[in-house]
Amino acid sequence: MNIDLSRRGFLKLAGAGVAATSLGALGFGEAEAAELAHVRGFKLTATTEARNTCPYCSVACGIIMYSRIDDETGKKRIVHIEGDADHPTNRGTLCPKGAALKDFVNAPTRLTQPRIRKPGADAFEPIGWNEALDKIARALKDDRDANFMSLNEAGVPVNRWTTTGFLAASATTNETAWLTYKVVRSMGVVAFDNQARV
Amino acid sequence: MTIAPNVDSPRTATANPPVQPAQGNLGQAAVVRSSAGGPVAENPTALTPVAKLIDVSKCIGCKACQSACVEWNDTHPGVEENVGVYENPHDLTPDMFTLMRFAEYDNPETGDFEWLIRKDGCMHCADPGCLTACPAPGAIVQYSNGIVDFIHENCIGCGYCVSGCPFDIPRISQVDHRSYKCTLCSDRVAVGQGPACAKACPTHAITFGTKDDMTALAAERVEDLKSRGYDNAGLYDPQGVGGTHVMYVLHHADKPGIYNDLPEDPQIAGVVENWKGPTKTVGLAAIGLAALGSVAMGLFSRVAVEPEDERHAEDLVDRAAAIPGGEGSGEGKDA
Amino acid sequence: MTNSWTDIKNTDLVVVMGGNAAEAHPCGFKWVTEAKHHRGAKLIVVDPRFTRTASVSDYYAPIRPGTDIVFLMALIRHMIENDKVQWDYVRNYTNAAYIVRDDFGWSDGLFSGYDEEKRDYDKKSWDYVIGDDGFAVTDPTLENPRCVWQLLRAHVDAYTPELVERVCGTPADRFLKVAEMIGECSSPTKTMTSMYALGWTQHSKGAQNIRGMAMLQLILGNIGVRGGGMNALRGHSNIQGLTDIGLMSNLIPGYLNIPTEQEPDWATYMKSRAFKPLRPGQTSYWQNYPKFMVSFMKSMWGDAATVENDWAYHYLPKLDVPAYDVLRIFEMMDQGRCNIYFCQGFNGLLAFPDRGKVTRALSKLKLLVTIDPLETETSRFWENHGEHNDVDPAAIQTEVLQLPSSCFAEDEGALVNSGRWLQWHWPGAEPPGEAKLDTWIMAQVFLRVRDLYLKEGGVFPDPIVNLTWDYADANEPTPEELAKEMNGRALSDLSDPADPSKTLVKAGQQVLNFSQLRDDGSTACGCWIYSGSWNENGNNMARRDNSDPDSTGAFANWTWSWPLNRRILYNRASSDLDGNPWDDSRRLVWWDGAKWTGYDVPDIAPTAKPGEVGPFIMNQEGVSRLFSRGLMRDGPFPTHMEPFESPMANVFNPAMRGNPVARVFESDVARLGDSAEFPFVATSYRLTEHFHYWTKHNAVNAALQPEFFVEISEQLAAEKGIAKGGRVRVWSKRGEVWAKALVTKRIKPLICDGKPVHVVGIPLHWGFVGAARKGWGPNSLTPFIGDANVETPEFKAFLVNIEPAAGEAVS
Repeated sequence: MNIDLSRRGFLKLAGAGVAATSLGALGFGEAEAAELAHVRGFKLTATTEARNTCPYCSVACGIIMYSRIDDETGKKRIVHIEGDADHPTNRGTLCPKGAALKDFVNAPTRLTQPRIRKPGADAFEPIGWNEALDKIARALKDDRDANFMSLNEAGVPVNRWTTTGFLAASATTNETAWLTYKVVRSMGVVAFDNQARV
Repeated sequence: MTIAPNVDSPRTATANPPVQPAQGNLGQAAVVRSSAGGPVAENPTALTPVAKLIDVSKCIGCKACQSACVEWNDTHPGVEENVGVYENPHDLTPDMFTLMRFAEYDNPETGDFEWLIRKDGCMHCADPGCLTACPAPGAIVQYSNGIVDFIHENCIGCGYCVSGCPFDIPRISQVDHRSYKCTLCSDRVAVGQGPACAKACPTHAITFGTKDDMTALAAERVEDLKSRGYDNAGLYDPQGVGGTHVMYVLHHADKPGIYNDLPEDPQIAGVVENWKGPTKTVGLAAIGLAALGSVAMGLFSRVAVEPEDERHAEDLVDRAAAIPGGEGSGEGKDA
Repeated sequence: MTNSWTDIKNTDLVVVMGGNAAEAHPCGFKWVTEAKHHRGAKLIVVDPRFTRTASVSDYYAPIRPGTDIVFLMALIRHMIENDKVQWDYVRNYTNAAYIVRDDFGWSDGLFSGYDEEKRDYDKKSWDYVIGDDGFAVTDPTLENPRCVWQLLRAHVDAYTPELVERVCGTPADRFLKVAEMIGECSSPTKTMTSMYALGWTQHSKGAQNIRGMAMLQLILGNIGVRGGGMNALRGHSNIQGLTDIGLMSNLIPGYLNIPTEQEPDWATYMKSRAFKPLRPGQTSYWQNYPKFMVSFMKSMWGDAATVENDWAYHYLPKLDVPAYDVLRIFEMMDQGRCNIYFCQGFNGLLAFPDRGKVTRALSKLKLLVTIDPLETETSRFWENHGEHNDVDPAAIQTEVLQLPSSCFAEDEGALVNSGRWLQWHWPGAEPPGEAKLDTWIMAQVFLRVRDLYLKEGGVFPDPIVNLTWDYADANEPTPEELAKEMNGRALSDLSDPADPSKTLVKAGQQVLNFSQLRDDGSTACGCWIYSGSWNENGNNMARRDNSDPDSTGAFANWTWSWPLNRRILYNRASSDLDGNPWDDSRRLVWWDGAKWTGYDVPDIAPTAKPGEVGPFIMNQEGVSRLFSRGLMRDGPFPTHMEPFESPMANVFNPAMRGNPVARVFESDVARLGDSAEFPFVATSYRLTEHFHYWTKHNAVNAALQPEFFVEISEQLAAEKGIAKGGRVRVWSKRGEVWAKALVTKRIKPLICDGKPVHVVGIPLHWGFVGAARKGWGPNSLTPFIGDANVETPEFKAFLVNIEPAAGEAVS
């Protein structure tokens, strides 16, 4: 039974039509018994739409996110993302990043719980939100109280804090940015920057 | 509420998909051709022929088409390695129905360097070699709008569509041993939407509409390219396969080969072509049987056969072996 | 961007230099293909590599990384020599006629006033001659040898096509063809647009690259017109917004400034911000600074900010250095002078130069807090990943808190696109697991710190305990509340200045826009340039009318753009001195006999008569600046400066290394390499398949571009015995990486100063977490030096060496 035959050669051979048979006898069954032609069911049927903009570059393409309730979590889950044809800039188009946004939102490396890495440890371990936030607040207060500079060497009031820094995001909303600004500035942090510089 | 079925083919890919239940218009009623004597509609729904136009001169090789294709069709191409080229994955696969192919070309006439980027994928031939070659009844169909689609339930994974395709497009899955290729997003077109790649394409290098509209658009583009010094700009709609429902605008239409071996004059392989007419059924039957054998033998390099498949195939062969002459043709004793 | 993405369709010529729009901004680039298809526009690409943008260009010219100023000054020289100047524009809308002080000059690559010791200029001489009337002296004939035009002419004289060929490696004929195509756009009816990005900013003289093109655009009359402009393609989806809102060391929202130590009180601070017009009758809009500043202080501290306490001016920190930018912060961290650091949605370990130093610095922190939807290399900087992150966790004492946040799909609010459109978006899912909205996280941090100060007291608690926090749910301020706060509202009834008996805005109501802001404490406004975004008409950022009358590309009713919903900045300059459009087919804003009108919100007072008030109302001059006075640290004109690591000496002054006023930290001097040891020029960039270090988490994008590689020419590959797809080692003075080699015709050796210069292209998308293969970023190699004005690191031109490497990466 082992034969070594190139596909094209085989095709030629078979094409010579040395055999006589009928389709039915081949085990295909009657031609009519083949699965009738059909296309895939339209997968967005009965999904919920939400309008958003792509979080990557500054073209800010309009997108439509299609979601369903996830059986497992009971939460809405994005099942598809497509360009919004009504958007004046992108007219429904998306680049290779934007077109795959669904798999960014649902990436296996999305973070789902606060974690702590203790000094010298070689792994993260889970920590509750309350504990994590209290830890942060305590550290901030202690560092600020210890290192806040009220007056400079010349005795001029400068009210700055340089031993704690904050690097802000590049894709959060204006509203998050404003809240972040208020929080960071009110404490006197000057080591404040964002991705625009880089 | 269910939205009414579309009465005809969509004219563009620039639209937002419906989320209400929609009744599609691509199904058995619109089948005009079916492989190996598979069922066709008696009075097929007459849909306006559609086409996807790929304007290579507008293409920036960004692979949005690949990305959109993967997302729409829920395929999962693997994370390969970099082998020193931009093509990723490195070839079409059962999980990657379309692929940007990049060619670095020193134009001898102008002395300029050109980076020729072509989106590869199923051309949806008017006269499809895959369908002609396919031995499995109803595994490959052609709808009245020109879309050539695989009905995977009927596919036997023999690989004859690959041999029959002048563009080397279909790929056989090692997982389910069925053949895969671009469907022209038949599920989208059925409800009035253009293909996902055409919707996504950032520069509208991929457009979609009726074949007539796309041909007219191509003419406009060719004129623009000629005004920019591309004297041989033209439309690629090869007549050797009866024309295609995926067409290219090329800056150098006189040399399709420089675009990563786009065939100059594609034809259905002669032998497959010859089956048209009285010998067809006989030929197909022979091939069909051969195919069954080949599945069992692991004859085709793209098919890795699992023991379970082998048992399944043996079952089929056993049944076929009862047919006089079947064994002889199937196993190629004369080879 | 001065213009918008959709406006690009109106152009005749697109110049992509200092960027790679097709790859980094594909859907914005659609408007280039649109202009080409329907307007017959041409596309020029000038880039060290033949990019995917170049693949659809009409003309391509190569250039050595870091030599753009030579190319740009040579273009200006070409325009002047060949009379390719939009004269009416230059005479009336630029400072060409302004007379400059006699002591200003340039020689040996340096401007007057250089102090080598301080690595700084005394900029006193870089200024106009001010007449007895207090206004700048001008010569409208442009003949005075000390006028800006004549000085510019003299300044660019050295930049010949031959110099371009020698320094940039661009063949002279290629340069001349580009110059010729650009020259056509000096016609009032032809327009060119400049699309640039980090290819221009990531240099030690990045800001001067951009000025060079801005000057060229002014000479061609292409600023303020449809299809023209200086179009900075911002990298991230809301980096425009984060900058607008001032999340930088030295900024207050709306481009106001944090005071310095030299401004210890309000009066001193305001004195240097008087912005008196330099010519009679000019607007000099920044004269309104006190209104914006007081409204900001009221927004922050409400009743605690009073006229008596100088609006709580003492609550603001005072800077002792220009800024605590990230490079400075990491330098301080490395010296053990920084204890706690927050990274909110930012992957510093791969984003900052000289990764070895970054790792060292992070290892000296007491606490690192990361807030991100995804795993980041930064949050795992202490974790050993073999050669990809070769650290000893036991030796790193930094405590790390990794906080999971929501992503775009789960939150609501506005992002600002490159064209300054504030576009509102809505959530479509809920954050996974215990992940939380960023606003919740920031509120929790603040409330807990405030509680500690309220309970325990402490150092200067005033600005914390008095911070306005009047949200319905203190734990979770809503996007609506925050957006309204930025728009601003009346704190007491605002009377109409024209008729004091009438009330313009009732107490508590949102102001219409920033024209209603006051400097008497009766208004609060978080970000004046956003004022008008959410007024009593509702959320204008959520508007979705995509109609575009006469297809101008303005889309004036789609969302909202700052300022005042204006879509093209300086649009008054689209008409001539009399107020008639330069180009009737591209009308934008014009004078109808009584007022300014048009398709866009006029960038001038509606009744300011043409010929009296200049079109550049933000400038004290009322015109644009070809000569930037003392506003930039490294010169009033761009002058050629080599990158800090360069294969050749500066042709004007061989002793000059890099930008003579760029800040270099002492510890970094020894980490700079030279061309003897590192003969090849490296440049870093994005690929279209990926977005920074985010999409490597996405299996689809990882499949499309799976593995770290570097791009080299066939010639360099042959010289070094490197095979296509082979593994190479690339190293600089600061570090080393291993990559696959992509050998290509798209990079060709350049001949500079008679010698071949090879370019090594290094894309930036790989790290050690995510779906893609493990790899490195270019920041393992790049120098810790920033632009002299804004400290953007020099990622685009540095020196490396390369060799074939055996074996696979093990990790």
